[in-house]
Amino acid sequence: MTLLLMSSLLSMKMHTCKARVLVMMLSVIFWAASYSCAAWASGQLNNPYPDDEQEQAILYESFSERPKHMDPAVAYSSNEYAFISQIYEPPFQYHYLKRPYQVVPLTAIRMPEVIYLNQKSEKLGQGVSDSDIAFTDYVIEIQSGIRFQPHPALAKNIQGFYEYHQLDKAKIEAATSLNDFTTTGSRELTAEDYVYQIKRLAHPKIQSPIAEIMKNYIVGFDDFSKQVKDKPKTAVRDLPIEGATSLSRYQYRIRIKGKYPQFIYWLAMPFFSPMPWEADAFYDQSGLADKNITLDWFPLGTGPYLMAENNPNRRMILLKNPLFHVETYPTEGESEDQQKGLLADAGKPLPFIDKVVFMLEKETIPYWTKFLQGYYDASGISSDSFDQAIQFTGSGGVALTSSLLEKGIQLQTSVTTSSFYMGFNMLDATVGGATEQARKLRQAISIAVDYEEFISIFMNGRGVAAQGVLPPGIYGVDDKAGINPYVYEWLNGKTQRKKIDAARQLMAEAGYAGGIDPKTKEALILYFDTTGASVDDRPRMNWYRKQFEKLGIKLVIRATDYNRFQEKMRTGNAQIFVWGWNADYPDPENFFFLLYGPNSKVQRGGENASNYQNPEFDRLFEQMRNMDNGEPRYRIIQQMQEIVRRDAPWVFGFHPKDFLLFHGWYKNLKPNLMANNRLKYTRIDTADRAEKRQQWNSPIFWPLALVGGMFVLMLIPAVNAYRRRFRGTKL
Amino acid sequence: MTQYIIRRLLYSLPLLMGVNILTFVLFFVVNSPDDMARMQLGQKHVTGQSIANWKQQHGYDMPLLWNSDREGTKKVTDTIFYQKSVGLFLFRFGVSDSGRNIGADIKERAWPSLAVALPTLLIGLLVNICFALMMVLFRNSYLEHGGIVLCVILMSISSLFYIIGGQFFIGKVLRLVPISGYDDGLAALKFLILPVLIGVFSGIGSGVRWYRTLFLEEVEKDYVRTARAKGLSETQTLFQHVLPNAMIPILTGVVVVLPLLFMGSLIMESFFSIPGLGNYTIDAINMQDFAIVRAMVFLGSVLYVIGLLLTDISYTLVDPRVRLS
Repeated sequence: MTLLLMSSLLSMKMHTCKARVLVMMLSVIFWAASYSCAAWASGQLNNPYPDDEQEQAILYESFSERPKHMDPAVAYSSNEYAFISQIYEPPFQYHYLKRPYQVVPLTAIRMPEVIYLNQKSEKLGQGVSDSDIAFTDYVIEIQSGIRFQPHPALAKNIQGFYEYHQLDKAKIEAATSLNDFTTTGSRELTAEDYVYQIKRLAHPKIQSPIAEIMKNYIVGFDDFSKQVKDKPKTAVRDLPIEGATSLSRYQYRIRIKGKYPQFIYWLAMPFFSPMPWEADAFYDQSGLADKNITLDWFPLGTGPYLMAENNPNRRMILLKNPLFHVETYPTEGESEDQQKGLLADAGKPLPFIDKVVFMLEKETIPYWTKFLQGYYDASGISSDSFDQAIQFTGSGGVALTSSLLEKGIQLQTSVTTSSFYMGFNMLDATVGGATEQARKLRQAISIAVDYEEFISIFMNGRGVAAQGVLPPGIYGVDDKAGINPYVYEWLNGKTQRKKIDAARQLMAEAGYAGGIDPKTKEALILYFDTTGASVDDRPRMNWYRKQFEKLGIKLVIRATDYNRFQEKMRTGNAQIFVWGWNADYPDPENFFFLLYGPNSKVQRGGENASNYQNPEFDRLFEQMRNMDNGEPRYRIIQQMQEIVRRDAPWVFGFHPKDFLLFHGWYKNLKPNLMANNRLKYTRIDTADRAEKRQQWNSPIFWPLALVGGMFVLMLIPAVNAYRRRFRGTKL
Repeated sequence: MTQYIIRRLLYSLPLLMGVNILTFVLFFVVNSPDDMARMQLGQKHVTGQSIANWKQQHGYDMPLLWNSDREGTKKVTDTIFYQKSVGLFLFRFGVSDSGRNIGADIKERAWPSLAVALPTLLIGLLVNICFALMMVLFRNSYLEHGGIVLCVILMSISSLFYIIGGQFFIGKVLRLVPISGYDDGLAALKFLILPVLIGVFSGIGSGVRWYRTLFLEEVEKDYVRTARAKGLSETQTLFQHVLPNAMIPILTGVVVVLPLLFMGSLIMESFFSIPGLGNYTIDAINMQDFAIVRAMVFLGSVLYVIGLLLTDISYTLVDPRVRLS
């Protein structure tokens, strides 16, 4: 266009003033065009969704990392649970509103009947000691009338045979997605579907991440696993497994070894969702996997939503399951839930939203902008946008900035059930071991490494300094008196980190007065192993170095790649490291097992990364893990906390705090760190959203017209120069 | 010509084999099959048995390059390298370590990449040539000097700045287009405007300077002087004589990148959430998914070889003096 414009301008045989007139006319055209565009475009040009979706009950969310698995036997990470928890239904779930977290029936009619058995599989009475319990039966009865979502795997022809279980090569070749199999079918959920899924967990070809754990609990799990090792996935249907039996159409029994009260939490996880055998029969047909048509990508569940589109490279779409059974919004909650409007929908059938669109959004800037424009209904807060979103109040609290408040955005904060810590390798000759010298050295470091400062500098205050192994919200945490007395003291009604002099005193008592190593007569050198080798990690590493310098210790950062770091941890060659744990379920056992001796990473390949071993702690752990919550268990937990605080195998770091933002039209919002199936409770005020979007997204055209006009004006000197040259050549 | 093409294609076979071996060795120097298994199995409850299972399921339980436990040809064929690499030469990319079919993924992702890259290339070419010709037209004037300074300034700014600035100004402040996203068919147009615009704008500085150099070289040649002596105007000389003759180096530069357009742009696709091939490889490296890394490096090499071959062929089309033998 420029080329054409220039040549026409330059080739015109006319006076310069005429050219100027033309240029002015072009400018006017630009302006007129711009304003007519503005008049035309009363809509939203920046709307990334189709216009007809504007008034529909659609929830827009994002994901930054594509989920690897959708098979409930394999999926284990939070980004996978965000999808499959809406599709699959284990027998139990967490109550959406009640706290502390409470497991309630989902597809089950009631909580399971728990039966203790002795070695001879004879039923034991109440009040029997744990040592007498050889097995525990969980008898679960599910509701009748629950149906699987419509799916080609369940489609039958008029003769009553499965339509797509014997696909010929041509049909497979022609298929590009699951939607190409147009006929769908459904059937009722039965207890056998739950048993089938447990068998799937055991099949080595499925590669369930909990298979190794379940071997320790479910009776016959290991034997079954060996039995089906070389058989196809579908073969498990006809083979019995001792620990999981269907008792009737709607009742099944899981038999576990010994007593394991935490097993109920596993039953609320997607691993124990039902799976129809037809799913494997359909998806395992040769050639479908080459088209990415697998159970790992196209789930088949009974939940409130079904996967309508799975394009992890762009977007995932969940649609309301038309066959979803009757489930209603909870009618009870915490005392303040009524006041917060969280019980306004009590008793109404779930789900409220017809469609959920998850868009792939890798970069924080466009994600944040779209949230502010109203195109995402909820958002986290990245460090880039923290200052735009949050301000600290005079009392140290947090509040939204005025610009966000004007938009009606709400802030929700919650401390996660995660712990991040700095671990000492207890097998190390300097920082490890149970000697008084090493213990005091670890205690001194625990005081010196100021995690309050870390949270403030590197996390925008989004965290809580840890006082022990357990994060807030987990049974056994004493929120008021539960401070770590080896690191903190109670001053003026609040906890305060001990002065650095106390740490120096401990250093002297440990034999490192002034941080000097008596063997070398120089500053004690310690090694910090990390994967943080990038430029972005440098400030954090410098901060750690400075914390140790307070004690005169020289901290050497040994940055390495992820694989080498993991190798060092496995072989016990790391000295100091940082590590974290996110709760599988809200029970102290799921945190204390990280310090249980037989779980040592070096010796047993377990999750005890510090390789901590204390016989008293281990004894208490074994006692505590099988107990039901109550005063005796609480007391043991306090004893265990005391032991690890004193031994200090970890510098108890912090528990991150989630900051989530939601638009005003987002209803029924309550943080639930355990339940992943929250979408069915969410409601959107679509009229409010449509109005706000319209208000916030009117296009602005005049700067474009200005730029266009300026461009045209800039051509004037060019035309003049050319004409001067042209005249000069002529002469 | 046909013989030449066949010969070139045959030459490329050892080249591709070399690329394959190099990728394989470099990848496994950094990652062992155990590391890959750990990465895929996640952080929690990973035991030696589950790692062994994973390796067996994914075919990583064999030696890397040489299997001394086997007899005869199986010493070579029962290795990870053979099992994973031979299919590539038949464009069978296999299944990624996370279980997706790589060929299907590549097919799906190549088109969005092309949808951004092709218009960016064509419009960029047109704009750059126009501006370069304008600068040549006004050579030795303040317009040319000003233009060069502007080009140097534009070249000196990071492409990331253009992306963020473009998204901020056009997407956020003016609200004229969606700030990121993608859709199928014609609905993709509104998502392509901004990345294409930014792609074109960010390339103006270097593109204009490069084409200006080409045009200036041509402008000094005898046939141009002859054209001027015949009384042609400067614009006629430029558009009718200089431009066609300068097309040879332009064409060479363009043809060589044509096949690589499928491979997409890492930053652009990431910022605009375009589901292309640009960040497919980087994601795979981060996830230690060797199957994808190997497939993408192989594909990149094949496309580059094709690009070079097309360049050679295009020479014969635009310059009759060139003969391939």
